[in-house]
Amino acid sequence: MGEMEQLRKEAESLKDQITAARKAVQDSTLQEAAAGITVVGRIQMKTRKTLRGHLAKIYAMHWSTDSKLCVSASQDGKLIVWDSITTNKVNAIPLKSSWVMTCAYAPSGNLVACGGLDNMCSIYNLKGKDGNVKVMRELAAHTGYLSCCRFISDTEIITSSGDCTCILWDIETGTQKTVFAGHQGDCMSLAVAPDFKFFISGACDFTAKLWDIREGTCRQTFGGHESDVNAIGFFPNGNAVITGSDDATCKLFDLRADQELITYQDSSIMCGVTSLAPSLSGRLLLAGYDDFNVNIWDMLKAERVGKYMWKLYIPLENGRKVDPAEDSEGSCRVAAGTEH
Amino acid sequence: MTINTLAKGGLHREQMSCFRKMEKVIVAMQDPDMGMKMRNQRLLITVIPHAMTGQDVITWLIQKYHICEEEALHLGEMLVRYGYIYPLKEPRCLVLRPDESPYRFQTPYFWTSTRWPATELDYAIHLAKKNIRKQGELMEYEKERYSLLHKRINHTWDFVVMQAREQLRASKQRRKADRIVLECQEQAYWLINRPPPGVQNMLDWALERPNNFSTRVPLNSDYYKSEIETSRRALGRNRVKSSVCLEGFIKYSEQYQNHDPIMQGCLPSNPWISDDIAYWTMNSEIVPVPTRLRVERWSFRFMELLSDAMGRREFMTYLEKEFSAENLHFWQACEEIRHGESSKIVEKVEDVYKNFLAPGAARWVNIDSKTMDKTLEGIKRPHRFVMDDAQMHIYFLMKKDSYPRYLKSDLYKNMLAKAVVPQETKKSVFPFMRRQRHSSPSPAQASAQAAEEDGRAGTNSAAGSHF
Repeated sequence: MGEMEQLRKEAESLKDQITAARKAVQDSTLQEAAAGITVVGRIQMKTRKTLRGHLAKIYAMHWSTDSKLCVSASQDGKLIVWDSITTNKVNAIPLKSSWVMTCAYAPSGNLVACGGLDNMCSIYNLKGKDGNVKVMRELAAHTGYLSCCRFISDTEIITSSGDCTCILWDIETGTQKTVFAGHQGDCMSLAVAPDFKFFISGACDFTAKLWDIREGTCRQTFGGHESDVNAIGFFPNGNAVITGSDDATCKLFDLRADQELITYQDSSIMCGVTSLAPSLSGRLLLAGYDDFNVNIWDMLKAERVGKYMWKLYIPLENGRKVDPAEDSEGSCRVAAGTEH
Repeated sequence: MTINTLAKGGLHREQMSCFRKMEKVIVAMQDPDMGMKMRNQRLLITVIPHAMTGQDVITWLIQKYHICEEEALHLGEMLVRYGYIYPLKEPRCLVLRPDESPYRFQTPYFWTSTRWPATELDYAIHLAKKNIRKQGELMEYEKERYSLLHKRINHTWDFVVMQAREQLRASKQRRKADRIVLECQEQAYWLINRPPPGVQNMLDWALERPNNFSTRVPLNSDYYKSEIETSRRALGRNRVKSSVCLEGFIKYSEQYQNHDPIMQGCLPSNPWISDDIAYWTMNSEIVPVPTRLRVERWSFRFMELLSDAMGRREFMTYLEKEFSAENLHFWQACEEIRHGESSKIVEKVEDVYKNFLAPGAARWVNIDSKTMDKTLEGIKRPHRFVMDDAQMHIYFLMKKDSYPRYLKSDLYKNMLAKAVVPQETKKSVFPFMRRQRHSSPSPAQASAQAAEEDGRAGTNSAAGSHF
C-alpha cells in the first residue's frame, strides 16, 4: 500500500507541475487578443431540407466528404445513406443490432461504419460488386458500447467505447492494432486531426485527451469541464480542440499552449451540448444542445450570434430527420444551407 | 429506454446538472426583491394565491437574461415541461402560454431532481383518487393503465383504495384553493413521471453512462505508473504563449473568411438554397479550370496545396521544370504506405527503396545521412510508419524551398489569373423555379457588411454577399 500511495502522490505532483507550466504561458486573454475585432452579425438559419424515412430516434449522422451524401443511423435498426440535395435514399441498410449509437462515412465514400450496444463496429461496403451492401467486417474487442467511430482511410478506423478505451483497427484483417487507454470514464466521442497523425477523445471523466496514433500514447490531457464531454472536434487548422459538455459549455483548448483558452457559455443555457462543428474558417461554432436548440457562436468573441430552434417535439411517426437532442450538427448544416 | 431513477444509488449526472441550473432560475424567480411579482389569480370563481401569468414568466426571463421573446418562451417552456412550473388552467397540458394563463411554482417535494421513486403503488393511488373523485375523469390511457395496475399489484389493491379514500377525505377538509393547487401539483408530477402516450418522456434521455470515474479502470499501481509516464512526457513539452495562439486563430479566420460559405456565401449560388449544385461541380477534384478561391488557398499553406489533387498536379509540373519532382513522387508514395492496405506494405516499401533510396536509384531523394540510416534500418522490418521520418524531411525540404518559389513562379501566377470567378446566379434567371422555403439572403450578409466597414475585406471581394 505504501508504494501505491507514493505513486499516487507522484502522479498528483506531476499534474500540479503541468498546471503551473500552463499558467506560465498565459500572457493574454481572449478579450485582449480579440479587442480589435467586431462581432459577427446575426446569423439566420433556415431549414432547407428534411430527410424523412427513419421510424425511430436517429442517434447519429455523418457527412461524406463530397458534402452531398450523408449517412444516418437510427434505432429502428437501419443505416440510411441519403442524397441530401434530392432527399432521396441511396441505400437503406438493415442492421443486425438496432441499438446503434454512432455511424461514420469513410473519406473515400466507399465504406460506412456503425456500432452501439452490440459493442462492435460493423463496416459496410457501399461499392460492392453486385450492388448489394453487405457487412464487410465486424470489429469486436470492446467490452463496452460503441459511442463513436471515425475512418482514417479505407483500411483504418478508430472507435471510442463505453469501456473507457479507444481502439485503432486494421479493417482488412479485422483486428485491433492499438488500444488507447487512459480515460477514467466512458469515451463518448472522437475526432481525427486534419493530418491524420493524432486524434482526440472526450469522455465521462470530464477530460479530453490528444493521442498519438503512431505511438499509441496520450500526449496531452485537457480538463476544466464540470461534466461529461459529449462532443469534440478540431479547429480547422488542427491547432486546437473544441469540446462540448453536459455542463452546458463549450471550450477551446489550444494544443500549442496546452490549455483552455476560451469558454463558450451563457447563463441562459442550461442544457448540455450534444454535438458541435466549426465553420470552415473557424470563425463560427455551431453547437447542438439537449433542449433541441442549435446555438451559433462567434468563436473569436465568445458571443452567441445565432440560434436555431427546433419546434416542439414532433411525434416520431413523421420520421423527422434528426432527433436534435442527439445530433443536430448535420441537420444544422442542412438547415444552414451551406456546405459546412 | 427509460432511466431507472434510482440507478443503483448513482446519480444520473447529466440530468442533475441541468436540473440544478433550472432550480437556480426557479429560486431566483421567487426572490422577494428581484423575483417575479406574484399575485392572486382567479380561476373561475376560486382565487389562487401566489400565482403568476405566463406572460409574467416570459417578461421576467427576458429581463433577467437579456434574451428575445422567442428564447424566453423556449426557456420558460422548458421549466414547464420539466415540471418546475405548472399550469392551473388545463393542468393536463404542460405548456407555457404567453398570456394571462395562471401558473404556479411546483413544490420542491415534487421536483424532478428530488427523484422520489415514482412507484406503481403511488401511481395506482393517484389514479384511484381520480377515479373515485369523479366518474369519467380518467382518460382512456389512464383507464388502461389503471386496469393493468389492478392486475399487477392486485394483492395490495385494498391498500390502494384505502389510501386513495383517506387522501380524498383529508383533502375535502381543505379550502378549495388549496385543493385545486394540490391536484394540479400532483397532476404535473405524474405527467412527467408517467407521460401520456405520444408525449415525449422528459426523463428519457440517452443510454446510461455507468462508468463515470469508472470502476472499470482500477486505480492500481500500474495505472499510476502509466499516468506518471504520460505526465512526465507531457510536462516536457514546449508551450507556446497564449497570446501567440490566440493571434494565430484570429489570423486563420481572417484568411479563410472569404472561403467560408456561412460567413461569405458562395458562388455561383448556395446549393442548399438554389438547388443548383454548380458550386460543387466547379470545385470537384479535377476540373478543367479551378476557381480562383481554390487557387488562392494553395498559397495559404503547403498542406492546402498538397491535399488538393489539382494543386499537386500543378506543383508536380513546376518541380519537373526544376528537376526535383522525385521529392513529390516520394512524398506521395509514402502517403500510400501510411494509408494503404496492410498487406501491400512490404511490397510498397520495397518499391520505395528501389526507386528513391537505394544508391543509384532512378529517383534518388536527398535525405540527411542520419535519417537515411534510421530509415534503412527500419526497412528491414517494414511497417506502416517506417517512412515517416524520411517523408517529413522531404516535406520540409519542399515546403521551405520549392513551395515559396512555386508561389512566385509564372506557372502559379498564370493559374491564378486564368482561374474562374463564377458568376453569381441571379434569382430572376429562374423565375419559375419553385423554392422549397423562402430563400433568405446569405446568412453572412450582415457580417460581410461589417467586414467592409472595418476595411478588412482584404482579398479579392468578388465573392458576392447577397443572393
